[in-house]
Amino acid sequence: MEYIISKYNYWVYIMLMMIGFYAMMGKRNLVKKIVGLNIFQTSIILYFISIAAKKGASIPIVFHGHGHEPVRAFHYVNPLPHVLMLTAIVVMVSTFGVALAFIIRIYRTYGTLEEDEILAQEE
Amino acid sequence: MTEHLSILVVITPLFISFFVFLLSLTKYRYEWHFTVIATCLSFLIALSLLFRVLQTGPFSYRLGGWAPPWGIEYRVDYLSGLMLVTVALVVFITSVYAGKSIRGSGSLTREIIGEEGEVSFFTLYLLLAAGLFGIIMTADLFNLYVFLEITSLSAYALVGTGYKKRAIVAGFNYLILGSIGACLYLLSVGYLYIMTGTLNMADLAQKLPLFYDSRLILVAFALLMAGLSIKMALFPLHAWLPDAHGLAPSIISSILSGCVIEVAAYAMLRAMFTVYTPAFIFEVLPLKEVLSIAAAVAMIGGSTIALAQKDIKRMLACSSVGQMGYIVLGIAIANQTGLTGSLMHFFSHAVIKASLFLAVGAIIYQTRIYDITRLRGLGKKMPVTMTTFTIGALGMIGIPLTTGFVTEWKLAIGALEAGRWPLVPVILLSAMLNAVYFGRVLEIVWFKKDDDQPHGSGETPEPAAVTEAHPLLTIPPLILVSLSIVFGIAAFVPLSIAKKAASMLLGG
Repeated sequence: MEYIISKYNYWVYIMLMMIGFYAMMGKRNLVKKIVGLNIFQTSIILYFISIAAKKGASIPIVFHGHGHEPVRAFHYVNPLPHVLMLTAIVVMVSTFGVALAFIIRIYRTYGTLEEDEILAQEE
Repeated sequence: MTEHLSILVVITPLFISFFVFLLSLTKYRYEWHFTVIATCLSFLIALSLLFRVLQTGPFSYRLGGWAPPWGIEYRVDYLSGLMLVTVALVVFITSVYAGKSIRGSGSLTREIIGEEGEVSFFTLYLLLAAGLFGIIMTADLFNLYVFLEITSLSAYALVGTGYKKRAIVAGFNYLILGSIGACLYLLSVGYLYIMTGTLNMADLAQKLPLFYDSRLILVAFALLMAGLSIKMALFPLHAWLPDAHGLAPSIISSILSGCVIEVAAYAMLRAMFTVYTPAFIFEVLPLKEVLSIAAAVAMIGGSTIALAQKDIKRMLACSSVGQMGYIVLGIAIANQTGLTGSLMHFFSHAVIKASLFLAVGAIIYQTRIYDITRLRGLGKKMPVTMTTFTIGALGMIGIPLTTGFVTEWKLAIGALEAGRWPLVPVILLSAMLNAVYFGRVLEIVWFKKDDDQPHGSGETPEPAAVTEAHPLLTIPPLILVSLSIVFGIAAFVPLSIAKKAASMLLGG
């Protein structure tokens, strides 16, 4: 039981990932597929942030300059996954932008955003 | 300056892409010229890096002077030198070809993107090149993810500029599937980080052997393979490739089939051999058997679906699915000869497939015909282009005197050396299937007359009016395909590099 409660971050990220995955596969509207992609990518951000947390740690900003008492790593949250996720968020936003540009072109060409109607028009 | 060449090969296309985009605000239309200059510079830098590796051995470059594992490291060794020169060559020659294919008056892509779209096209093209070089050079797993996404986003957008209406849907499919692949890769990087605390490939290779029995590392490997297999279009996960590569503009198809999927395969090689050493993948996991089945299915399956295609670009795209199987077969054979064949296939497939797509692009530019059965008698009207296509097809099949033969020979000898003789009939069967579907095109083009050609709608010009294409459309593919003959005869040049790279991957 503690296995589930103490690590609930990871259970939630897996559930979010699967919800996003289902939306990408199961929904027929293209905008819903893109929302699913976004949920999928956001769950990975949640995973990375969860691995950065430490018990009783504070934000990773050093207030004193050099020469004062040495910096101990267990006082501060691990900043590297946060930094990696800043980059990943930028990548996700760019992907979202390209996907929306595709949707605008698809709507102008086909007049619909439902996948089955688009495939029917291609027959 | 020479010590910064490793980063300059990535930054040159990146900065010039920004510059090209800003140039669009003025009235000067020099974007193609700057693209050619940027890719030429990258090619020369790539050659100099390869020569330096061959003389003094592998070396690395630290970004910002930060020592790894805290900083990002770029590593140039035999494998990345070979890949870098191959990709830089294909990107440079294709950008020369783009002078007529995109900017010419008969260009189909120009009808879609318009004159002001050319700037965005070349900007994205340079970003694609910068991303490809970055993936090859980097020795840091997260940096590889960043460049993988730069490459992929440019590729999605460029696929969407294809001529047929379906190209946009193909680009959208590619976006969804490619983003899933990249996210799985990112997740595996996260799993490796939480276990070892480092992202540098060499550092991970030292720290991972302690954890080989950990389930987390096993799942990280599985996610890595799944994510990169989607990007590489390995057989069950290849569904986006026939649409995306078949409907994109021809120069984009040649870069995608020749470079992008190969660089994803290169990333998989790096992950399997440099991060997880051969001790893990061949002894802890039964990957020799699993990958040989996957490779055999990919080779036969890819060639079989190519048999069923009526559209010539889709046929070439499905052929790429089969050729990626050759690379995985070399990995599965797991001795030096097999892996040498696999690395030689990187060079061979890039050069030959790019020249095939460029030749098909010249055909489409002149005749607007996509259907194979309507290409009757084209050998007499477009002799140079069809000669290029013929030599490229012979290279794909694996006729001696081409690099394709060298790869298949090395793979077969490697399979026999490893005692896995059932793989040799698989290679031969795949070569025969290649011969069937390429032979069909060659027969229609050279040996059929065009008297009874069905006249479709008015978009096809009269058969008598088809002439040979402009030199800018015929000479680049001819250069590429003659390189495959030159290195098919003088095969010791790329083979020596590939052999050193293979022994470094297997031994290190």
